[in-house]
Amino acid sequence: MTTHTQVNLPLPVLPESWSGEKDFKAIGKLSAATQRSIEPVGPHFLAHARRARHKRTFSEDDRIQAQENVKKVEDDDSGEISEPEDPMMLSRDAKDWKSQDHYAVLGLSKYRYKATEEQIKRAHRKKVLRHHPDKKAAAGSTEDDSFFKCIQKATEILLDPVKRRQFDSVDEHADVEPPTKKQLKEGKYYKLWSNVFKSEGRFSRIQPVPKFGDENSSKDDVDAFYNFFYNFDSWRSFEYQDEDVPDDNENRDQKRHMERKNNNARKKKKTEDSARLRKLVDDAMAGDERIKRFRQEANASKNKKRLEKEAAERKALDDAKAAKEAESRAAKEAEEKAKAEREQGKKAKEAAKAAVKKNRRVLKGSVKDANYFVSGDASASVIDAVLNDVELVQGKIDADETAALAGKLNGLKVADEIKGIWSAEVKRLVGTGKIKDGDVKSLA
Amino acid sequence: MAAEGASASGTTPGERHAIGISFGNSNSSIAYTTIEDKAEVIANEDGDRQIPTILSYVDGEEYNGQQAKQQLIRNSKNTVAYFRDFLGQDFKSIDPTHCHASAHPQEHNGTIAFTIQDKEEGEPSVITISEVATRHLRRLAQSASDFTGKQVNSAVITVPTNFSEKQKAALTKAANDAGLEVLQLISEPIASLLAYDARPEAKVADKIVVVADLGGTRSDVAVIASRGGMYTILATAHDYEFAGVHLDKVLQDHFAKEFIKWNTTDPRENARSLAKLKLEAEATKKALSIGTNANFSVESLAEGIDFASTINRLRYETIARKVFDGFNRLIEGVVKKAGLDVLEIDEVILSGGTSHTPKIASNMAAIFPETTTILAPSTTPTAINPSELQARGAALQASLIQEYEKEDIEQSTHPAVTTVKHLTNAIGVLTISGDTDKGVFTPVIAAETAVPARRTIHIATPKEGGDVLIKIVEGGSHIKVTKPEPKPKTNGKKDEDDEDSDSDDSDDEPEDVREKVWKVGNVLAEAAIKGVKKGGKVEVMINVAGDLAVTVTCREVGGKGGVRGNLSAP
Repeated sequence: MTTHTQVNLPLPVLPESWSGEKDFKAIGKLSAATQRSIEPVGPHFLAHARRARHKRTFSEDDRIQAQENVKKVEDDDSGEISEPEDPMMLSRDAKDWKSQDHYAVLGLSKYRYKATEEQIKRAHRKKVLRHHPDKKAAAGSTEDDSFFKCIQKATEILLDPVKRRQFDSVDEHADVEPPTKKQLKEGKYYKLWSNVFKSEGRFSRIQPVPKFGDENSSKDDVDAFYNFFYNFDSWRSFEYQDEDVPDDNENRDQKRHMERKNNNARKKKKTEDSARLRKLVDDAMAGDERIKRFRQEANASKNKKRLEKEAAERKALDDAKAAKEAESRAAKEAEEKAKAEREQGKKAKEAAKAAVKKNRRVLKGSVKDANYFVSGDASASVIDAVLNDVELVQGKIDADETAALAGKLNGLKVADEIKGIWSAEVKRLVGTGKIKDGDVKSLA
Repeated sequence: MAAEGASASGTTPGERHAIGISFGNSNSSIAYTTIEDKAEVIANEDGDRQIPTILSYVDGEEYNGQQAKQQLIRNSKNTVAYFRDFLGQDFKSIDPTHCHASAHPQEHNGTIAFTIQDKEEGEPSVITISEVATRHLRRLAQSASDFTGKQVNSAVITVPTNFSEKQKAALTKAANDAGLEVLQLISEPIASLLAYDARPEAKVADKIVVVADLGGTRSDVAVIASRGGMYTILATAHDYEFAGVHLDKVLQDHFAKEFIKWNTTDPRENARSLAKLKLEAEATKKALSIGTNANFSVESLAEGIDFASTINRLRYETIARKVFDGFNRLIEGVVKKAGLDVLEIDEVILSGGTSHTPKIASNMAAIFPETTTILAPSTTPTAINPSELQARGAALQASLIQEYEKEDIEQSTHPAVTTVKHLTNAIGVLTISGDTDKGVFTPVIAAETAVPARRTIHIATPKEGGDVLIKIVEGGSHIKVTKPEPKPKTNGKKDEDDEDSDSDDSDDEPEDVREKVWKVGNVLAEAAIKGVKKGGKVEVMINVAGDLAVTVTCREVGGKGGVRGNLSAP
């Protein structure tokens, strides 16, 4: 849409009389359009759909697209390889390629196993441009192309997926040493181990590798992490460290011997590597505070029930004991109270008895005072009869009535008055039916 | 195209691995896009890029493609062929003619099914059309996965323009069952056009294209307005009477007659002989598209008699003339149906297997004016293999949309986005030619352009520069017919239309001279650019918004400022 059609026929000359506001005159309008559906296919339709859906105009869309394109270029640029070259490395001999750090040769030591194929290609190109033997010859230096050969060898290995894996397997520069105890003491436990396992994870056939996490990781995550590393499926192999097998056809036995030796060495190294990783994981786990915490938490939750039950039992026991104590105390108190009461009652009874005795004495005394209701000396029989009657009345009345009677009689000396009280008493008793009329003749 | 309604499998864009599938009635092809964004057609394990849409079962083993096609001779009852068009159809509305020599379709629970012995033992099983399509698509996806080394899980599939929503839904379901997420179903002619437009040398232009998809059992023609890379179908035609099998039939009859001449039996009366005859006739037809002579030889054609003969291309073209004429009428008819004239067609794309035939391309060249590009292998050396066009287009579309979310694709293909206003008239600028005072219409935006649209044009100014007038007008085209004069006057008034200027074709001397001329319609606006430098040019940008409001921006090329004006929406 950015193509400009070129028209070679000239435009007409502006007539003298023409005039328009701001050199523009709107005259007509477009005739009505037909509704048709466009086919949703092709890059230009996608652009149209993008404009329609985001309600952009052509120029806005052009601008946004241009910005997006610019960003992409920048991203690419940021991946450029620029590392200082070690002069020692430059003087390397290409024959010694096994001990060469291919990533460093290409200036990719920052990326290592993470370097993409694209990056390797670009790095290779850049290095070739700089170190091509023809360029060196042109600059007047000797025809030394050993480093160029190193570059070629490095590229050959890194661009071949099989060879690259073999090299990556033994690439010690990418290893991260496990933290020492001293380092761990300074804290940073999670950061240090995390880096170790990140680098170990590069050997996993299963990607992505679970992360080590930090102190806030959930139990599932931590379990998943350790399970993963305890069942680690590694592609690491040690062909790269093989001793050279003589490929001349002279000595077959020697060749086979070497091959066997290499194979055994590979197997041994592989086993050692597995053991190393296992130890690494053991070490990490041993110092993992999270595991301890999870165990504690698990124990805590398990014990919680038991403790609750025990507490409940103990409480029930205590309650029962307390109840029993309270009961016994109450019983004791009641007993003491009863005893006290009993003693008091005895005293009262005795007092009452004494009172009754005293009253009775008063009663008897009253009839004596009244000279047994006769004038002159009373005969023994009269005295007897009166006293019998008094006793009879006394036997019929209770303590209170006795007291009341005694109260009435007390202090009276006149025989008539005494007689009156007695007869009233007798009358009352007869009225209540306690004494039959005529039983007490002398007092009536 | 809201066809991909209820698709089940939703892969996320990241893990998508998409291909383009052209699922034809006779042949299917699969294509993928390379890292350089070039579409390439994938060869299946037999090395075929056109995989016959045929499934065959022998002793419980499934055969697909060319191997299955061979089974049409010996094992026709267990071979399913030409089944694409049955998808999503009622039994009443299908045409089972082509299945005569293979498993016959039958009605089964309201759908179409085939009775096939697809297991080693036991009763023959009834396989629904959906299941057949699924099995075929699964084989295609498997071939693509084997080729690319990655599990293919999504696809763009081409369908004819007259596929109903029901058929599309059935196809989508069949593909989903085969483990393919259907990213989009696109029209076959559009896919072909896209394949051509995606070539690096192709320029984005405003053009009218006729896409003739001449297949094995049917021919579909579409007239498409391609406007700045956006495609609008103006008219379509579908024909089941003129197609590849009819050319085969002509050859079959020809050789059958020759056989009868020497032997008394008619090979067409025996099913197996007929199958052999048919297969070899197809091979001969293909050979005739490449060379001028072709052999026809069948071992034990009938009654154990071997038969061998040759035919040259001229002979073939003569006996098949009726079919070729049918193609011509079909294509002329659809141009008329679109309300256009052959002079207005800028490009003819021949796609489909039958388009390899050189005679069809030369017929097209005769029908259309010389300015029309005929994109067929025999007329244009750079033409893409017509059989691969659709699969390539589908693959290109797949690579364009595979990084979008399913939801995004659905929203973008929603009718609210795809249904837009199209200009009825062209919009242009009046220029002057040397000898007339009257303006000459120069189109800037062509008719049938979907709005919103934006076009820019650079126009020359009078030699001495100065002030110029820009007149924005609407224009309509019509066909001017001039009676031939004894000595045709070449390029009189109308030589300005560079596309059609050289219309004094040699072969139509006795006929009327027909040319396309522009008629100036409504004046929309006028603008003035003052003080243009000597030899300077004026840039005119016309921007039509979705509601038909027009913005015109005129300025001198390289100059500052300029004139800007708006026309409100009608």
